[in-house]
Amino acid sequence: MGIFQMTANSFALTTILVHALFPLTIILVYALVAIWGERKIAGFIQDRLGPMRVGGWHGWAQSIADLLKLIQKEDIIPTDASRFLFKFAPFMMFAASYAAFAVIPFSSGYMGSSINIGVFYLLAVTSLLTLSIIMAAWASNNKWSLLGGMRSAAQMVSYEVPTIATVLTVIVVSGSLNLMTVTELQSGNDVLGFLPNWFIFQNPFLIVAFIIFFISILAEAHRVPFDLPESESELVAGYQTEYSGMRWAMFMLAEYADMLLLSLLGATLFFGGWNSPFGDFMAGPVWGFFWFMLKGLLLVFVMMWIRWTLPRYRVDQLMHICWSILIPLSFINLILVALWELIF
Amino acid sequence: MNTNKPELVIKELGQPGKREMTINMGPQHPSTHGVLRLELDLDGELITAVRPHIGYLHRCFEKYAEQMDDYSKVIPYTDRMDYVSAMNQEHGYVIALEKMLEIEVPVKVEYIRVIVAELQRIASHLLGIGAFGLDLGAFTPFLYCFIEREKILDIFEKSSGARLLYNYMAVGGLMRDVHSDFRKDTSEFVKTFRPKIKELNDLLSYNRIFIDRTANIGVLPVDVALNFGASGPVLRGSGYKWDLRKNDPYSIYDRFEFDIPVGSGEVGTLGDCWDRYIVRVREMEESLKIIEQAVDTMPETGDVTEAIPKRIRPKDGEVYVRSETPRGELGYYIISDKSASAYRVKARAPSFVHLSMLPAISVGSLIADMVAIVGSIDIVLGEVDR
Repeated sequence: MGIFQMTANSFALTTILVHALFPLTIILVYALVAIWGERKIAGFIQDRLGPMRVGGWHGWAQSIADLLKLIQKEDIIPTDASRFLFKFAPFMMFAASYAAFAVIPFSSGYMGSSINIGVFYLLAVTSLLTLSIIMAAWASNNKWSLLGGMRSAAQMVSYEVPTIATVLTVIVVSGSLNLMTVTELQSGNDVLGFLPNWFIFQNPFLIVAFIIFFISILAEAHRVPFDLPESESELVAGYQTEYSGMRWAMFMLAEYADMLLLSLLGATLFFGGWNSPFGDFMAGPVWGFFWFMLKGLLLVFVMMWIRWTLPRYRVDQLMHICWSILIPLSFINLILVALWELIF
Repeated sequence: MNTNKPELVIKELGQPGKREMTINMGPQHPSTHGVLRLELDLDGELITAVRPHIGYLHRCFEKYAEQMDDYSKVIPYTDRMDYVSAMNQEHGYVIALEKMLEIEVPVKVEYIRVIVAELQRIASHLLGIGAFGLDLGAFTPFLYCFIEREKILDIFEKSSGARLLYNYMAVGGLMRDVHSDFRKDTSEFVKTFRPKIKELNDLLSYNRIFIDRTANIGVLPVDVALNFGASGPVLRGSGYKWDLRKNDPYSIYDRFEFDIPVGSGEVGTLGDCWDRYIVRVREMEESLKIIEQAVDTMPETGDVTEAIPKRIRPKDGEVYVRSETPRGELGYYIISDKSASAYRVKARAPSFVHLSMLPAISVGSLIADMVAIVGSIDIVLGEVDR
């Protein structure tokens, strides 16, 4: 083995590390900021202050303090739990949402893996979330967990249908499953002479598609008004009931990562991804990253806003909304978008 | 590694012919409003049987009241029965004793009692409404309600020194006079609170999701309500106009103009959770009317402690006095044997009655509705167990 071979190997290793660590860094930093941000937003909406002490300025270090506390907590596994599945489920849940970040185009210069079936891969990998939740619920050997897990399975399997149908509408318009290509198609400011070429502005039916998509991702990410799997006032904590310490923190991390992932997907599909809203002004790989995260975080903010405003639906109403309203609507919309593409 | 271990749940579900799963809701459950334990039989999420278990907060109120060597030493303990409407609990107890002793109470005392009782009613309803919203997943209205409740507690704190358990009323009077700014503080609260009710209606009462969750749920027909002996907002939610402040006026409630709001099945069936909820919201407005009138006509001067007897030694006999608390009809039945302590004290608690009808109105609903029903009857476990 020559020196060249070794360099090539270490180069490949470095590439893998970079691709693995970059989204991980983003998720971890985002989770710390988002948990603090959610508490501050909740405080703002509810006419109170939120965390103010830890770290000095507006309690910025609150999430870090919470994390340190969770690390030190005793790791409790119920006696009758299925130990392997119980320990494995939180990490699998995080892995599922983390793996999906590989096909998200963070900027024009960076995308973890430019595979041609990016959207397909993303939807397939995030389906594992359901599996890990059922795994956690069943392994806990707790009736409340079981109820939460069953609700979650029904909910996520149902809401995947309208999500996929609305994603398909965008695919019909763009003609590509690669999210980088989807984003590149949205550059420029031509709609009505000044609006950016984002898909949401290109076609009136895509606005409908976005609304359906957003409702569906609220349900996919277990956010109010669809937070039934862990509805704390009914099911104690749903599938998380028996979890404590770091394993519980992994669930929270996975949920926040999932929320970011779906918001970023929404930003990519409907709001032009890393494209600047001002055409060539403030464009480029670094600005692209800024715009992309800004769009994603705005959607995350809307999700938080909804959470602190609305009550929660009941499980049968949730299913009713999905199967009788969103699914027919999204498929009709898909056909209309296809017709629009044929005509114009 | 024993991946096939979870057997406890499976064993119960796997029995041939058995569809139900028995589950314990409480006493450590977030939405049972304290330490209520409900044993539920579930078929999926459908409830097939409810068995409430009470007694986790039993503090021997009645025995205590019979053992104390002074009737007035029981007053702090009445606070602790329904700890979110302590003023109303005291009010019922002191008017029962006054009737027994045949004491004439100064007018100013009556006015202050009515004002604080109505303020307390608003505070209690705010908590009930907020917690109800919280049960249904609406976190923010809960805190909005608490901001308003805080203002009432501030007024009470200035007058009585305490924020939750006041020990403010005394047999024949009050422990001390209200603070000097009482009139101003109260009218200011009335003024700022009216718009807040509208805000609450916009945010919660007429919210589409909230209506979906509460309309047609936990329907309590009026005949069932009467058979169980329901009272207060629960009975009025079923459309029956019954309020002791009007139907059997005590204190000086006959001097004030106010309405009795009743449920009308506005968004669903008559007597559903939403009706019980909206009755509470509208009652707050009526309480504001009473407070306004009382503050305007309250006498300036007068000694609130002058009629307090030095020694409470009622004659042989018994008395039953009922009063309208935020939760319904609270009755005190006191038997005296001429000694310094009562021979027998019995408190008739509305929450206890309302809890007993839980199985009648919740079988056949979903587990999420159970939470809504418990929230809508607004029980306080301190009063249930006493």
